[in-house]
Amino acid sequence: MIIYEETHPLTWRLKKKKKPIFLKKYLKYNGYNGAKKAITKFSPNEIIEIIKKSGLRGRGGAGFPTGIKWSLIKKKKSYLICNADEMEPGTYKDRFLLENLPHQLIEGIIIASYALQSKCAYIFLRGEYIIAEKNINYAINELLDKKMLGKNIFNSNFSLNIYLHTGAGRYICGEETALINSLEGKRANPRFKPPFPSSSGLWGEPTCVNNVETLSNIPSIIKNGFHWYKNISLSIDSGTKMMGFSGKVNNPGVWELPLGITARELLEDYAHGICNGYSIKAWLPGGAGTNFLLDKHLDLPMDFNSIQKAGSRLGTGLAVIIDNKINMVNLLLNIENFFSRESCGWCTPCRDGLPWIVKILKCLKKKQGKINDINTLKNICNMLQPGKTFCAHAPGALAPLKSAIKYFKNEFEKGIIYK
Amino acid sequence: MNQIIFLNKKNLLSKLEIKKIEKIKFKYKDNHAISIESLKVVQRYRHWISDISLKAISKYLNIELNYLEEISTFYSQIFRKPVGRHVISYCDSFVCYVKNYKRIKNVLEKTLKIKTGQTTKNKRFTLLQTCCLGNCDKGPILMINRDTYTNVIPKYVNNILNRYR
Repeated sequence: MIIYEETHPLTWRLKKKKKPIFLKKYLKYNGYNGAKKAITKFSPNEIIEIIKKSGLRGRGGAGFPTGIKWSLIKKKKSYLICNADEMEPGTYKDRFLLENLPHQLIEGIIIASYALQSKCAYIFLRGEYIIAEKNINYAINELLDKKMLGKNIFNSNFSLNIYLHTGAGRYICGEETALINSLEGKRANPRFKPPFPSSSGLWGEPTCVNNVETLSNIPSIIKNGFHWYKNISLSIDSGTKMMGFSGKVNNPGVWELPLGITARELLEDYAHGICNGYSIKAWLPGGAGTNFLLDKHLDLPMDFNSIQKAGSRLGTGLAVIIDNKINMVNLLLNIENFFSRESCGWCTPCRDGLPWIVKILKCLKKKQGKINDINTLKNICNMLQPGKTFCAHAPGALAPLKSAIKYFKNEFEKGIIYK
Repeated sequence: MNQIIFLNKKNLLSKLEIKKIEKIKFKYKDNHAISIESLKVVQRYRHWISDISLKAISKYLNIELNYLEEISTFYSQIFRKPVGRHVISYCDSFVCYVKNYKRIKNVLEKTLKIKTGQTTKNKRFTLLQTCCLGNCDKGPILMINRDTYTNVIPKYVNNILNRYR
């Protein structure tokens, strides 16, 4: 695979050697040109307009347009938080970017902070990402030594401090408002919306939370313009995305590919197909919180709208193959166990509903299920829909269960004793 | 009966711990925001957060004890019970389930002669499960203290453990 800047704005600097890129090499490959251009040539509002026109959508899972998110922050002196708390099972794209391209992320943060006129930016990193922590700290110190960060960046009036904060391990910290609470030193419980973080976030001030991949995309958009960014993609959604396949495939991994590539291409050309002796039963398009799709859906283009039409979400874009030798009830027990363990316990539907599901699934696994167990599961799924819980944790947790009952009802029925 | 802890020299943080906390203080606005970082700093030296450590942090940062208690029980990386010298955590998320993490778990439990959540008799190892470690393409994954091992095969588990014995 040949990698050029024109087609791979995120990973072209890595070429074939996958070694972390630090300041010297980053500057050699046109590093910080985007930030220089942004600060010296454009006003903050112009940058927000460019990002809006580029059609960049948040790469954390929900896919909210980044430009619109930025334009919601009206007041100056806001905070920018980079969400690097990647804990969704099946997701490993941010780790790749954090470990190998720390300067690209920091450049993105500088441009975003300038656009939002932030006084300081935080990187909220998962505590378990030891190498990423080391590399980002090193990158920040390199910049501070060269006086490219801190006061008057690139001889302008703009000053910025970037701080690295490491989390203490909770899945819910990835949620926007829970992340803000955790950064303030509180329990990571989600906050009630409104007020949205864009008006009252970290320490009561306007805050913008963006994912690592979203921020890493920004330098190349500023450098090459929004027209170019729109044309990379093969679908309506613009740009590239880190995509991958894991599970029982021959070459699991993560690659930067244009949005709109089909899942079959991704599976066969990049992941080199399914391992010998296995066949595909189902697949999850992006992390544990998305709905299962079947073999027939593999020809769908991987973009936000197409996957949504098929009844799932693109999510983080890192797909997982479920092979034919896996029992769906056992797999779902594992997934729901994880979600019920990681529930913060703030709202009752999530705190009580998820352990209830685990209990039923455990009975079904032991083949001691009752006749109306499947109906109970369906009912709980309806009771924990979006809007009925405090945050999106429980609805996300139930997405795989709902679709598994839809497609593999017979496997659930096997666990029921009929008397 | 609950043990009553009187204020004594043990209720203070060591100079090294204070130095580390002071070093990160500039990042945050107030003392409450530093509390999680302080717990992590103290845990690095004392391996776990006992009631005495909790009191010491509360006294140093001048924040309420129940506030610290609330946080320390919420986050999974802060241990409120004694752990062994080396903490082994295996990933049990669903991608590792597809890749059969249970083989690794069984070998670990068999060689260490403990179950998940327990500590060995010689206080050397504690075995815990953890949520996704973000290396799903290289599963099953094992993390010992701050080292990550990917593509773990049951055969090599003993070799890995020997490095820490």
